[in-house]
Amino acid sequence: MTLTDGQVSPREFPTNRGGLCQKGWTSAALLTSPARLTTPLIRRCGVLEPATWDEALDLVATTLGELRAEHGPDSVGVFGGGGLTNEKAYALGKFARVALATSQVDYNGRFCMSSAAAGGTRAFGLDRGMPFPVEDLGKADTILLVGSNPAETMPPFVQHLRRSNLVVVDPRRTATAELATLHLQPAPGTDLALALGLLHVVVADGHLDKDYLAERTTGFDEAWQVVAGWWPERVERVTGVSVADQRVAVQLLADAENAYVLTGRGTEQHASGSDAVSAWINLALSLGLPGTRGSGYGCLTGQGNGQGGREHGQKADQLPGYRKIDDPAARAHVGGVWGVDPDDLPGPGRSAYELLDALGTPTGPKALLVFGSNVVVSAPRSDHVADRLADLDLLVVADLVLSETAALADVVFPVTQWAEESGTMTNLEGRILLRQRAVEPPEGVRSDLDVLRGLAIRLGQPEERFPVEPEDVFTELRRASAGGAADYSGATYDRLASGEALYWPVLGPGSSPRMFLDRFAHPDGLARFIPVDHRGPAEPPDAEYPVQLTTGRVLQHYQSGAQTRNVPELNDAVPEAYVEVHPDTAARAGLAEGALAAVVSRRGRMEARVRCVASMRIDLLFLPFHFAGSGRANLLTNPALDPTSRMPEFKVCAVRLEPA
Amino acid sequence: MRRVVVVGYGMAGARFADEVLRRDPSVALTVLGEERHPAYNRVLLSSVVAGSMTADSVRLHGKDWAADHGVDLRLGVTVTGIDRARRVVLIDGEEEVPYDALVLATGARSWIPPTDGLRKPDGSLAPGVVSFRSMEDCEQIIDAALPGTPVAVLGGGLLGLEAARGLAGRGCLVTVVHPVGHLMERQLDAGAGRVLARSLGELGIEFRLGALAVEYVAGDGLVLDDGSRVPAELVVVSAGVRAATEIASDAGIAVDKGVLVDDALRTDDPRVHAIGDCAQHVGTVSGLVQPAWEQAAVLADRLTGVAPAARYRGTSVVTRLKARDIDLAALGDVHVDLDCPDHEVLCFQDPARGRYAKLVLRDDFVMGAILIGAPDAAAAITQLYDRGLAAPTDRLALLLGRALTPEVASSPADLPASAVMCKCNTVSKGQLVTAYRGGATSVSSLVEATRATTGCGGCKDAVCGLVDWLNRADGRSSGDVGSAA
Repeated sequence: MTLTDGQVSPREFPTNRGGLCQKGWTSAALLTSPARLTTPLIRRCGVLEPATWDEALDLVATTLGELRAEHGPDSVGVFGGGGLTNEKAYALGKFARVALATSQVDYNGRFCMSSAAAGGTRAFGLDRGMPFPVEDLGKADTILLVGSNPAETMPPFVQHLRRSNLVVVDPRRTATAELATLHLQPAPGTDLALALGLLHVVVADGHLDKDYLAERTTGFDEAWQVVAGWWPERVERVTGVSVADQRVAVQLLADAENAYVLTGRGTEQHASGSDAVSAWINLALSLGLPGTRGSGYGCLTGQGNGQGGREHGQKADQLPGYRKIDDPAARAHVGGVWGVDPDDLPGPGRSAYELLDALGTPTGPKALLVFGSNVVVSAPRSDHVADRLADLDLLVVADLVLSETAALADVVFPVTQWAEESGTMTNLEGRILLRQRAVEPPEGVRSDLDVLRGLAIRLGQPEERFPVEPEDVFTELRRASAGGAADYSGATYDRLASGEALYWPVLGPGSSPRMFLDRFAHPDGLARFIPVDHRGPAEPPDAEYPVQLTTGRVLQHYQSGAQTRNVPELNDAVPEAYVEVHPDTAARAGLAEGALAAVVSRRGRMEARVRCVASMRIDLLFLPFHFAGSGRANLLTNPALDPTSRMPEFKVCAVRLEPA
Repeated sequence: MRRVVVVGYGMAGARFADEVLRRDPSVALTVLGEERHPAYNRVLLSSVVAGSMTADSVRLHGKDWAADHGVDLRLGVTVTGIDRARRVVLIDGEEEVPYDALVLATGARSWIPPTDGLRKPDGSLAPGVVSFRSMEDCEQIIDAALPGTPVAVLGGGLLGLEAARGLAGRGCLVTVVHPVGHLMERQLDAGAGRVLARSLGELGIEFRLGALAVEYVAGDGLVLDDGSRVPAELVVVSAGVRAATEIASDAGIAVDKGVLVDDALRTDDPRVHAIGDCAQHVGTVSGLVQPAWEQAAVLADRLTGVAPAARYRGTSVVTRLKARDIDLAALGDVHVDLDCPDHEVLCFQDPARGRYAKLVLRDDFVMGAILIGAPDAAAAITQLYDRGLAAPTDRLALLLGRALTPEVASSPADLPASAVMCKCNTVSKGQLVTAYRGGATSVSSLVEATRATTGCGGCKDAVCGLVDWLNRADGRSSGDVGSAA
């Protein structure tokens, strides 16, 4: 979109085809919002008070220096965000590894894309959310959309789904499910079993693409040994999806000349999320879709820079270019670019929730720097996270408004936002986008890059190591990523500014809109079937907590709501937390439409207005996760982690409903 | 090290071995199998008969499974005795296998009715007669089931009907002979049985109900008790099974219809356990896979010490017919009359379309159900039953599933002013009408005024319809209806 005189207008672009939702139209309101921070804040005698930049930077650098001297570099943690530009994500990871020498860095994308990334990497040797341009979807005959609700989270994207037979997998009858040819409504936490069942049907109904299996994949037999035990009638009993619907879904996929399987957070944000992704990829492979022109598997990215955010080194186990931090060659290369001894680079650190869980404990960090994240609203078991933050010696938050996390900080840095700064983002297709600065930031506000440099210099780093100009950072990022999986070396601001469509890897003059057409990224060029089995929710319902809770977004709000709750038009539309519930379940709990309900789990209690929705499963509640205080859905959610991706189980936990 | 010996390498024995290895790969595990090939999934044999699965695709373990997991697997061996005092299993009359814990997973055998001619004098099955239990049975059936072959299936229970459906799919001329007046009488009432017979009849299967086969004449067929004949070159016997308990009873272990076990799946010898089709738990010999697998998990929990207090409390049974083009589920107690005072019984019958739905409730909870040709209801009611959930008050919607769609407003006039027409931008009908009254009387000017249609574009038709309606109400012609942004 473009910004003229404080007014937003949509831009014709492949992903949105000239459409904007209410969040886009109203986004200019944030530039001039009275809630905007314009001066650094320092907590004095328990109160956040305005301070100068030098005061704030000096205080933070001094305290960090003392902590490091006394307790070692891992006493300082860094928490990033999937909304940061590539340049910021890169600089943040470098700052942590070089200026702080800490291994304790991770980001909120761990709560978002980590299961998809793990599943994609296992199967294809590489994780690019969509290894094809989004326009390709428009030509598909059938699209299987699993655990994603783009009609609310990304409305303009829905235009790409209109021509196809759309099969939606979601425990709720969402706005997206309303658009579907077929809606499969599995019990929460059972979609992995559904994926196994659909693969079973593919085989039983004679749709297995044996030539593709032989030429392009390996591991089917091992995967099948598990899948054979998931015949459709058994799957129906576990998932509640009828055998008839399972067969129709497979038939729609198999009859299609071109078909896609797409996953979203609904199937990924589980303690078995990586395995669920593997199961959906196995299904796509059995039909010969990935790496075939006009067909494929992809995941839908959740945050603005959800793809780029996971490539450039703000993840606990990664270095720029999507490199593994424990790979000696990767360390040597990146150390060379950064001008440091590779042996001085720290190793892998704690994953996001584990990092938050360790804060202020004897073995955990004593200080935390947060950029682009609102963890007391967005992390699971958020009351516990707030307790951990309270035990820190120093909490530093960089944000554009006083988010709920910033309000707890010892030092707050006011930073620039979208239209006030240049930088690149990598969208859900792996396409690198340049966002040009359109307006001057308010007086007193600095960019995150500026904040990092200010701290780095005070921590004894040479000035030139932390440039402030985004293009300079990007130029260095290109070198650091060269030779890695996500190789940006051939991408330049000039090429991007000229409107060229650049999909990574970008090594030379070309780019890579469609990957895997000839070979997958494993050394043998083959895709892998991964044998996975259904485990079910980490916390099954019981007599005390008899119903299940799932969480998600509403159209008007974004993530923790820290930004969108400050836009009057959005906040008026959806001003407070609500709970969607089947009318009978509400009635049995003594609640009517509009009443204030309490939702209680083993981890906490929150309050929300009852919204009766007849299409809800009778044993399921839905809460949007955008609200603060007692309206936080994440007071309830379960921090059980996926063993591979370390993704928490946001999407299902056991709760009870009662009058507030 | 603890030595665990499993007698039987079918669905229960193989699953138990998997569950043990998953919990503790160091357990010294010996598995003794009577058949010569690796374990296979018996549930899928009807799919093999139907031709949708191959013998290869229903194997539970690969050929390297035992070597890969360090399991001492013996195939094609016969257990000839258990010496409980010395804690050894005797195989093939000579070798002794010592155990610390013994698990009987010997399964069940087909019951062959005493019809003349089904067996040869030596007790083996006569030519043209095959039971429906093992992979060999399956292979024999498939070899004989050429298109046009007359086949008789003895037994109109679940497995018999699955075999009949598979054989009809192969083009055989199938007749099911069943001694009771309606099919699947253990799971269905008479009405449901009739609907099922009608639906299967439309798929080319014939039925002789309430009829007993009195004689089999090889090469000719069956003679029934009313004197009539059923031509058959192949007779598939599916008249029920009997638990294989001889090994246990010979060793002096308590046996009734099956090997008696408690909630810990122990027999009356605490070192000997039984699971699966050979076991009898609280009066029930299940003969189904779900209980067998749940028992395998509980016993593995106990014997590996992962959860020594684990107990098996029984499995609620849901019967699901696996037959192409027939959707049948039955669960719980369905033999309750419509006017039974302390139950609520709902019933819907549409035999012409192969539908039958009966739901038995007590205090809102599902006690039993039969669902034929109602896949939505079958899936939903099974979930309510398994999860112990109270049924929704809209019983009709529950029984009919998505057949019952909510009414959609046919004209913009019927929508309330608060109805949100453009979801992407939260624009209500009221806001659109207000903007129209304020002068935005064309679609393009309405779009500009309200941003409706500028998100996903899905409401474009509805907004055009609204403008049409307002124009008509105002007596205007519908100007630039097609020019929405």
